[in-house]
Amino acid sequence: MDNLASKSALKRHEAEDTRIKAGPRGSKPRSALSRRNIIVYGTLILVAVYYLLPLYVMIVTSLKGMPEIRVGNIFAPPLEITFEPWVKAWAEACTGLNCDGLSRGFWNSVRITVPSVLISIAVASVNGYALANWRFKGADLFFTILIIGAFIPYQVMIYPIVIVLREMGVYGTLTGLVIVHTIFGMPILTLLFRNYFAGLPEELFKAARVDGAGFWTIYLKIMLPMSLPIFVVAMILQVTGIWNDFLFGVVFTRPEYYPMTVQLNNIVNSVQGVKEYNVNMAATILTGLVPLTVYFVSGRLFVRGIAAGAVKG
Amino acid sequence: MTSVSVRDLSLSFGAVTVLDKLNLDIDHGEFLVLLGSSGCGKSTLLNCIAGLLDVTDGQIIIHDRNVTWEEPKDRGIGMVFQSYALYPQMSVEKNLSFGLQVARVPQAEIDKRVKRAAEILQIQPLLKRKPSELSGGQRQRVAIGRALVRDVDVFLFDEPLSNLDAKLRSELRVEIKRLHQSLKNTMIYVTHDQIEALTLADRIAVMKSGVIQQLADPMTIYNAPENLFVAGFIGSPSMNFFRGEVEAKEGRSFVRVDGTAFDVTAYPASVPLKPGQKVVLGVRPEHVKVDEARTDEPAHQATVDIEEPMGADNLLWLTLAGQPMSVRIAGKRRYPPGSSVRLSFDMGVASIFDAASENRL
Repeated sequence: MDNLASKSALKRHEAEDTRIKAGPRGSKPRSALSRRNIIVYGTLILVAVYYLLPLYVMIVTSLKGMPEIRVGNIFAPPLEITFEPWVKAWAEACTGLNCDGLSRGFWNSVRITVPSVLISIAVASVNGYALANWRFKGADLFFTILIIGAFIPYQVMIYPIVIVLREMGVYGTLTGLVIVHTIFGMPILTLLFRNYFAGLPEELFKAARVDGAGFWTIYLKIMLPMSLPIFVVAMILQVTGIWNDFLFGVVFTRPEYYPMTVQLNNIVNSVQGVKEYNVNMAATILTGLVPLTVYFVSGRLFVRGIAAGAVKG
Repeated sequence: MTSVSVRDLSLSFGAVTVLDKLNLDIDHGEFLVLLGSSGCGKSTLLNCIAGLLDVTDGQIIIHDRNVTWEEPKDRGIGMVFQSYALYPQMSVEKNLSFGLQVARVPQAEIDKRVKRAAEILQIQPLLKRKPSELSGGQRQRVAIGRALVRDVDVFLFDEPLSNLDAKLRSELRVEIKRLHQSLKNTMIYVTHDQIEALTLADRIAVMKSGVIQQLADPMTIYNAPENLFVAGFIGSPSMNFFRGEVEAKEGRSFVRVDGTAFDVTAYPASVPLKPGQKVVLGVRPEHVKVDEARTDEPAHQATVDIEEPMGADNLLWLTLAGQPMSVRIAGKRRYPPGSSVRLSFDMGVASIFDAASENRL
């Protein structure tokens, strides 16, 4: 009797065992066309198309001749590809008196952007380093004033700055504009660098001091080599910000020094003759090419730097 | 001869006073440990000695030189940090030589010192590597090496082993002790780990809220704690405390706790115990004997609640006089929970504190 009961129990156990063995094993199968996937990827594709469509229209239009544009279908690919509008936009388009296209504006923008970016980053990184590591008297007050500066609308400051630049004798020159860009970049860049340096281990700074390194030695030999990501972030912010600037460019410089954005506006908005949509599109893309390249080249570093700043700051 | 002397040192951040008129003299070649829980001011004191924090008042004298206003590099100190603080972009060799290069020491001398430090710490094969390619133990060795190449007489350690796992910690502890024995430098070592303090120190300064509670050699700290805080802080598991009242009967003195009377006649009190005085009796777990008392000796009956066998030792948790207590016995003696035991106390090595002042009697 006992034996029988145990035998049947064993059998039950075996049956159970086979059923478990036949059951799921390994990675869970997932259907590619699940509802979740359709919603997620559908939305993503929709949004991507929405954002990319204008770029597509611009590129397509810039490669068409004027007769083809007049036909009217802006989404149609060009029947006959022509680079004429690009050449015209770069070298021949007229703005006011001179007809040498965007090239003049491009070189002006380079001459504005390069020194502004280098100077503002150099100064702001030292600011941030001093604020984070050398807690001097009044540091907090200084920092607060700097941050408040970031919240004052530009419009309020434009006229006073015009006067200051005039008194300094640099109004209307590239030097003046570089000074303005450097100053306006200061609050956000200083904040960025301060937070980054504050996130670096404090003991590293202490160790360097015990080793006898001073303010500049610690900055140049210890801090700088550890801060590549944040410098990349600052560079991207500044290059795109200053390159895309329109307001300061138009207010603080004379026509011969107008940056590319102002030049672009003048080309697109010039009222004489027919509207050359293809030239306008080409000019716009040309102007946007610099920030676009910067994003593509350093995008990954940018994300890494922002993330590092976010975690540590 | 005094190596490092801290005189009336005060430090406050705004309204918060961290250190208040602290005095400390450290002998030449002495290994002094600053011990305390976090926030007690021990690291702050070390940073003041190093010159990394500006003091509010008082003086710091290193080797008969008043260095209160000197830069860290001019104080003749080397420092080792908890997080190693190695320069990540430099090789081990560069890490070691950085300070010397800043000080414009001739290259030949730099090479000589780096070589010597690498030999002492056995890190020659690592010289070309970056800190990120080293293990925690190796990193801390390099950090010690960085203090070594400075050729200074005073080493400051700020919790150097806290970031290491238990095994490495005990290895490096021995190594630091060996280093001290061969170099004979003055070493000031901050830690919250009492084992490190007891094993390494010539003298321990136990700190609490910016005040040195007791400054003595490890055995004195362990066996004759100056006050209730030191007694409770040192030792694991903690000393057993019984709050009670002194009683005198037939020429013997007792501490009565909740109906249980502990015979403390054998206690070597420095201040005579007064009947009626409120006191705290402290007995370390290893100073309690289990089932060893003769039948005519005073003993207390108790029941084992929990047994914690730890290999070499066996830890018993029991309830006596209405409160939990622990007893440490040899590992091979086993008492399963529920066992009834007779406890006798070695009052010659116990501690009695005044309940109000918390100072040793």
